[in-house]
Amino acid sequence: MSTSVSKTSSSTPGERARALFKVLNDKNLIPEGFVEGITDLMENTWDPANGARVVAKAWTDPAYRELLLRDGTAACEAFGYTGPQGEYIVALEDTPTVKNVIVCSLCSCTNWPVLGLPPEWYKSFEYRARLVREGRTVLKELGTDIPENVTIKVWDTSAETRYLVLPMRPQGTEHLTEEELQKLITKDVLIGVSLPVV
Amino acid sequence: MDGFHDLGGFQGFGPVDHKINSKSYKPVFKEDWEHLAYSLMFLGAGHLNKFNIDQVRHAVERIDVRQHVGTKYYERYIIATATLLTEAGVITQQELDEALGSHFKLANPNHSNGRPAIGNRPPFEVGDKVTVRDEYVSGHIRAPAYVRGKSGVILHRTTEKWPFPDAIGHADQTALHQPTYHVEFRVKDLWGDAADDGYVIVDLFESYLDKVEA
Repeated sequence: MSTSVSKTSSSTPGERARALFKVLNDKNLIPEGFVEGITDLMENTWDPANGARVVAKAWTDPAYRELLLRDGTAACEAFGYTGPQGEYIVALEDTPTVKNVIVCSLCSCTNWPVLGLPPEWYKSFEYRARLVREGRTVLKELGTDIPENVTIKVWDTSAETRYLVLPMRPQGTEHLTEEELQKLITKDVLIGVSLPVV
Repeated sequence: MDGFHDLGGFQGFGPVDHKINSKSYKPVFKEDWEHLAYSLMFLGAGHLNKFNIDQVRHAVERIDVRQHVGTKYYERYIIATATLLTEAGVITQQELDEALGSHFKLANPNHSNGRPAIGNRPPFEVGDKVTVRDEYVSGHIRAPAYVRGKSGVILHRTTEKWPFPDAIGHADQTALHQPTYHVEFRVKDLWGDAADDGYVIVDLFESYLDKVEA
């Protein structure tokens, strides 16, 4: 007796993606270099190193910090870090009593030009379902213990605002240059699930 | 649309598969087809101009629930783009099936034509207490169900306006442009004690809100 396999499960995601590409390509609807151009933006141009430069600048330049918190779009545009999924930017300021964290519970919205494309875990059903409801628990499981006297604020990216977290500058970094500070600011720090560690 | 995609607060999921700063984010694409998802989405939206990104979100929401649960992230955007291009008449189901060599399952059809925004109201101000309108929408909407009927405080009104998702997500080019508001909700007002305390801030279009008069 054979096991029946549904027709939809007989193809892989990659086969379906290539089938869509083939249908469009056979109709000459894909311009030369179109896919390659967007792929280059996604792989190389949009990168969390961009957000690290923004945060390190804000840590070392009070006027820039003020601009970033007042008009995040202008502050990121000063570096050229705006574009698709990064056209209206708001920076979220961590304080001694507030820790900010970003999610998109409905899909995966992320500030692409500043943070890079979202990682797999950020798009997972687990993160999308749980962070809004049990932020402190999720952060602890990920490896970040937030003290009880610090309020956790979860920002659900449900419209056109795209966020980045401006974390507090850690103690003991007074001697570091802006370039050295950038290394402390990882993608996870910009999303808000991690604190910068010296 | 009260679909599976509206996951905020859904219980039963295990730990997030991640430990902070443990993963390299390079290469950005882990499999050799993943770059096609957004590339072909932008082809259909930006280059061919056959749909917009709100329609893409809604097409993902329309993926049949059992299929949705088992799909990978980028796979859903391939299905959504294929669905919208088929609905626009650019390609056909038969062409997709022939290219694949088996049935290419698309998203379910639209069950709604969308709805217009509410115009002619004064804007809300920072500090205003607002309630999310207690209404049920079968089409696309960018208000997660967990704030339906709940009250919060406005922290920010955007300085730009965008087309109302419930209209533009159904290709309604007359969609009114509105600001959105960052509305802060106390977690315990959303889920009582069956949650961690704290705040959730949701970015909500003006039409989703009513002012609570003091």
